[in-house]
Amino acid sequence: MAVITVERKPLTFLERTYLPQIAGGLKTTFKHLIAPKKTLEYPEQRPAIPVGYRGVPTLVKDPNGREKCVSCQLCEFVCPPKAIRITPGEIPADQADRAHVEKGPQAFDIDMLRCIYCGLCQEVCPEEAIFLQNQFSMSGYTRAEMVNHKDRLYELGGTLPDAHHKWDKKKAAEEHGNTH
Amino acid sequence: MIAPAKPDLVTVNIDGQEIAVPKGTNVIEAARLVNVDVPHYCYHPKLSVVGNCRMCLIEMGMPAVDPATKAPIMDPATGKQKINWIPRPQIGCGTNVSPGLHVKTTSPMVKDAREGVMEFLLINHPLDCPICDQAGECKLQEQATGYGRGYSRFVEQKNVKPKRTQLGPRVTLDDERCILCSRCIRFSKEIAKDDVLGFVDRGSYSTLTCYPGKKLENNYSLNTVDICPVGALTSTDFRFKMRVWFLKQTNAIDTESSVGANTVVWSREGTIYRITPRRNDEVNDTWLADSARVLYKVVKAADRLAATETIEALVARAAALFKSAPGAIAVVGSGRSTLEEHFLTRHLANALKASAQLVSRVGQGDKLLISADRNPNVRGALVTGLIKTLPTQQLTDLAAQIDAGKIKVVVAINEDLSAAGLTAAQLAKVAIVYLGAHANATSAAAKVVFPTLTVFEKSGTLVNQQFRIQKTLKAVPAAAGATDDLVVLSLLVAAAGGATLPAELASLWKVIAAEVPALATMSFANLPETGLVLDATPFAALPFVEGETLHYKPAQPAVAAATA
Repeated sequence: MAVITVERKPLTFLERTYLPQIAGGLKTTFKHLIAPKKTLEYPEQRPAIPVGYRGVPTLVKDPNGREKCVSCQLCEFVCPPKAIRITPGEIPADQADRAHVEKGPQAFDIDMLRCIYCGLCQEVCPEEAIFLQNQFSMSGYTRAEMVNHKDRLYELGGTLPDAHHKWDKKKAAEEHGNTH
Repeated sequence: MIAPAKPDLVTVNIDGQEIAVPKGTNVIEAARLVNVDVPHYCYHPKLSVVGNCRMCLIEMGMPAVDPATKAPIMDPATGKQKINWIPRPQIGCGTNVSPGLHVKTTSPMVKDAREGVMEFLLINHPLDCPICDQAGECKLQEQATGYGRGYSRFVEQKNVKPKRTQLGPRVTLDDERCILCSRCIRFSKEIAKDDVLGFVDRGSYSTLTCYPGKKLENNYSLNTVDICPVGALTSTDFRFKMRVWFLKQTNAIDTESSVGANTVVWSREGTIYRITPRRNDEVNDTWLADSARVLYKVVKAADRLAATETIEALVARAAALFKSAPGAIAVVGSGRSTLEEHFLTRHLANALKASAQLVSRVGQGDKLLISADRNPNVRGALVTGLIKTLPTQQLTDLAAQIDAGKIKVVVAINEDLSAAGLTAAQLAKVAIVYLGAHANATSAAAKVVFPTLTVFEKSGTLVNQQFRIQKTLKAVPAAAGATDDLVVLSLLVAAAGGATLPAELASLWKVIAAEVPALATMSFANLPETGLVLDATPFAALPFVEGETLHYKPAQPAVAAATA
């Protein structure tokens, strides 16, 4: 390998005193004493989350407080790191408001140590039941704590407005007299 | 004068491709041969043709001839014979080929027809694919994507019909999803010979239902679920258990009787979820008995045996037993073992200088897919030379020998000796080495217990009543604490002073091919999926118990079960 000799420029007299550099540094310091703050005192202060942010995946309920997920397992299928695990179950016929949906998750686990926040589960969901919302920080002391179970997912998700009320349309058709 | 026999082939032209097919083939099957898919719902190759779904519409025409002279009319533009196309679409399932038939399956008229049929089918279809068990293997889903319009013009409210009708103990009906193809009705009538299903009411009120007071409860009811092109009929056992796209398919063989129906075992992560039939036109067509579909429950049964000692310790104890009673050992094999296990059992019996016998299991044959012999592989034992005569139901000879003190050690392989007629006192009198997957009276009385595998956890071959040797493959990993039967048997053969035999199938088959003349040209790897028929003539004199079943006629009248 060729050796390139770089000539070092000798410092001028002013530079050797270091005074201009100190003055420049102090100028920056004093400027920031009066300038508006750019940092947040996390975790007491939280940043504003932009629209479309992909935070922790959560399950949401419809405005009537009913479970939207029907455990079709498409999110489980599409999930690249295989973080989602669903045990499907049947909704018993005696639940008048939901029996016509027939199917719902018995268990729904998302392993947040595996989740890569890609949002494919939200994209694939035919029932609009899973959303990556604003929550971005997950922590725990054990691996088991880092798995979000169904209860926790609904707690994180809350209720979101529903544009379709897909399953209510079926009820409406029934009441309309289309029962055959 | 008799015309010379011609091969019964007719040449047809499908989408420009010429193909010669046997007479009587319909357009759907002929198109399948040139890899052209004609979508259909109601047509099933093993059922009668009704032509009521109208999905298989095609355009067809015949070469033009002059009505008076019968001379071909040529098309001046192409220089070929002119084709007279029928101006309306025809159904492909109900149209049998005729010489010179021309078929178009991709013309604008066919495309329009298919879109129209799809649109009508989807009018009242609930589109509840997210909760439908058929999703992923649904013809309606596939063909709506492949041939449908892609959007709905239907703005009215859909019909609402009952969604969880129990047609029988194993079949659930969702009326909304039914497209009235009538496959299930034809199956019940033509194959299961239990004509309980039918349509009632008219128009959009049409509903599949059981005859009043009857239920779809014959032992073949779940085949209606298999052939249902949509999710209308679903298996109550498999309902909402798992989506089909997660399941791994493994080809296996039904072990409930000597019919050897071909099956597919569907599993995910070591758990089996369902068993469905696999088409084999020589054995089971596309059918499978319901009783064969629940056999997978033995894998996770509560009474599975698990080893508490290492396999070496168990083999050492068995070897000590073998040494303690030379010449006073009996080997009881099982008609449920694979051919490879029979082969190793024969070696074990030879090394121990012991007699080998099987236990016969005889039931009522149903003339379809369950034969009288409930052991799937008695013929495998005959072929490998483990036994020379047919097994008996009761081990009376063995019991007498035990009582006389001539037998001190019994090696029981997957057979409960008490079920085969040995009393608890007789079991206590001998030292038993037991190989089996589940606990029973014999395993409780045994001195040495080797926990082994169920048929779903191991690969092997079985020889069915037609002397057809068929492969069954490992669907799920072995249960904890259980060892492959082949490994245990080869260790026992070595412990008994016999040859060192491989326990791994490929190497073991080299030994089998060398030692068993009937299997000399075979290997496990090159055994075809549909099996190979072995020469049955050496065993023609044996009084097999099977009666007639689908694709099987006994060579001689079935001997009454009482003589067995």
